[in-house]
Amino acid sequence: MPNRLAKRAEAARVRALFEVAGAQVIDTPVLQDAETLLDLYGEDIRARAYVTSDALKGEQMLRPDFTLPVVQMHMAHGAEPARYTYAGEVFRRQEDDSNRASEYLQVGYEVFERGAPEEAEAEVFALISSVLRGLPLRAATGDIGILMAAVEGLQTTEARKAALLRHIWRPRRFRALIERYSGRADVPASRAALLAADDPFAEAGPNIGLRSKAEVETRINTLREDAKAAPLSDNEVQLMDAILSVSEALPHALEHLRDIAVDMPSIAAAVERLGRRAAALQARGVDVANLQFEASYGRASMEYYDGFVFGFYAQERADLPPVASGGRYDALTRQLGNGEEIPAVGGVVRPGLMMMLKGGTA
Amino acid sequence: MTLKLGVPSKGRLMEKTFEWFAARGIVLSRSGSDREYAGLVEGVDGIELVLLSAGEIPRELAAGRIHLGVTGTDLIREKLGQWEQRVEELAPLGFGFADLIVAVPQAWVDVDTLDDLDAAAAAFRTQHGFRMRIATKYHRLVRDYLRDHGVADYQLVDSQGATEGTVKNETAEAVADITSTGDTLRANHLKILSDGPVLRSEATLFRARNPDLDEAEREAMTSLLHHLQL
Repeated sequence: MPNRLAKRAEAARVRALFEVAGAQVIDTPVLQDAETLLDLYGEDIRARAYVTSDALKGEQMLRPDFTLPVVQMHMAHGAEPARYTYAGEVFRRQEDDSNRASEYLQVGYEVFERGAPEEAEAEVFALISSVLRGLPLRAATGDIGILMAAVEGLQTTEARKAALLRHIWRPRRFRALIERYSGRADVPASRAALLAADDPFAEAGPNIGLRSKAEVETRINTLREDAKAAPLSDNEVQLMDAILSVSEALPHALEHLRDIAVDMPSIAAAVERLGRRAAALQARGVDVANLQFEASYGRASMEYYDGFVFGFYAQERADLPPVASGGRYDALTRQLGNGEEIPAVGGVVRPGLMMMLKGGTA
Repeated sequence: MTLKLGVPSKGRLMEKTFEWFAARGIVLSRSGSDREYAGLVEGVDGIELVLLSAGEIPRELAAGRIHLGVTGTDLIREKLGQWEQRVEELAPLGFGFADLIVAVPQAWVDVDTLDDLDAAAAAFRTQHGFRMRIATKYHRLVRDYLRDHGVADYQLVDSQGATEGTVKNETAEAVADITSTGDTLRANHLKILSDGPVLRSEATLFRARNPDLDEAEREAMTSLLHHLQL
């Protein structure tokens, strides 16, 4: 296991490479306001981040990653376009796997730039791959934007599309909703009974708590509307399944998705972005012909990443977390900026894992 | 040294545990006055009875300060990460049954499943500007369960007692708690979601894994397990 000083030196070396590529060096506080993180990621963040508190600042978290503070810093006083790099520790609670590090170094490269998004994406990916060159890694890429475009183009109600988009990053619930909306899953007996009841509130008892009777009535009306909506067509469900099952070398994946776009024109623009990105990657010397693309990559692990996503994995060490990962996170800047969005793409590498793989010791 | 057996220090859980061991020829008892937390073991040699709160038994087992312990499966799973690697289930004891459940107000006639809870949570957050609060003391178990089922837009608020009252007091919108009959929930105008419990719990005899036992302790362990026919 490389020692801490050696890892720091490696982190500094990688950060210097990012600096040479044009990034401004920045640093962020380790303590982050817990409320902002909870607001973004929900209760799950408590399982991943260390929480602490004091009587003045209230609940604070040790930064689980740099993305949030970097975006906040850029939004507060960054000029555009901007390229940033940083190196420092992040902290992750490990409740289920004691072999995973709870404190490790990350070195990041983030690009905030409007216009030519595919160029910025290719820049980040090519730069990170150049830093990793020579290590026994395989790259995985994906594009959550294609699935989002498919959902937005479905022939169904806005409420159903909103529910599906809300669960893009929770594949299991997303699948359950598709099953429900397509009529493949039965309406739960309790819901059928509710909608058939003359007086839904017959057994309700006293109204307790903050959620009012009016809110319950609103949801019943939503359910009534939903019950009237036509099911998703088999054709659309099959096309969604076809998109989600795309997993092959990028040129083939692109061809495959273009075929699907003939029957589902709503994804055509997103697929063309993928095409432009492939060209931009190739122009930067990435071996696109052998680059793996999975349409469902990153969905379960990269909330708020809403376009290009990538990760680099140790080939012989499936037990290790990704050595590098990143992607486009416009959705995060939109959420933090109260609707004001700054296109952002970036990635991080883990110098500790890089050294472990370089040294051949694990 | 002696082998240490941890048993809940009071109430029905202690009495039932004593009965379970007695039925297998091992007599456990509290020594001295009712207020003193020391115990006696008769019927097998080399074992010391340690009386402590059921909630502390998982931690003591994991730390190796007791070698065997009786507590609920709910407490072991809540308090110990990677619990299977730290303790071994020797025998379910057939009492102390309780389910960890999620319950919402009876008045929420539109909510019966986790699917409904998730949709109601999304609407609640839009309406009230904060995530729906679920009161519980089982943070890890409930969070893992809701994550596995893809429920979003909720937050857990800590409640170490009288959890059923939190909804009426408007410090939570829903609860996740242990129940055996559901009577307390009904009395507080709450109903259980129909998806089934987060966890079914039962009083169970656990053994710490990889304890550092000396010769005498190993013999006592073998002898005890023989008596218990385990």
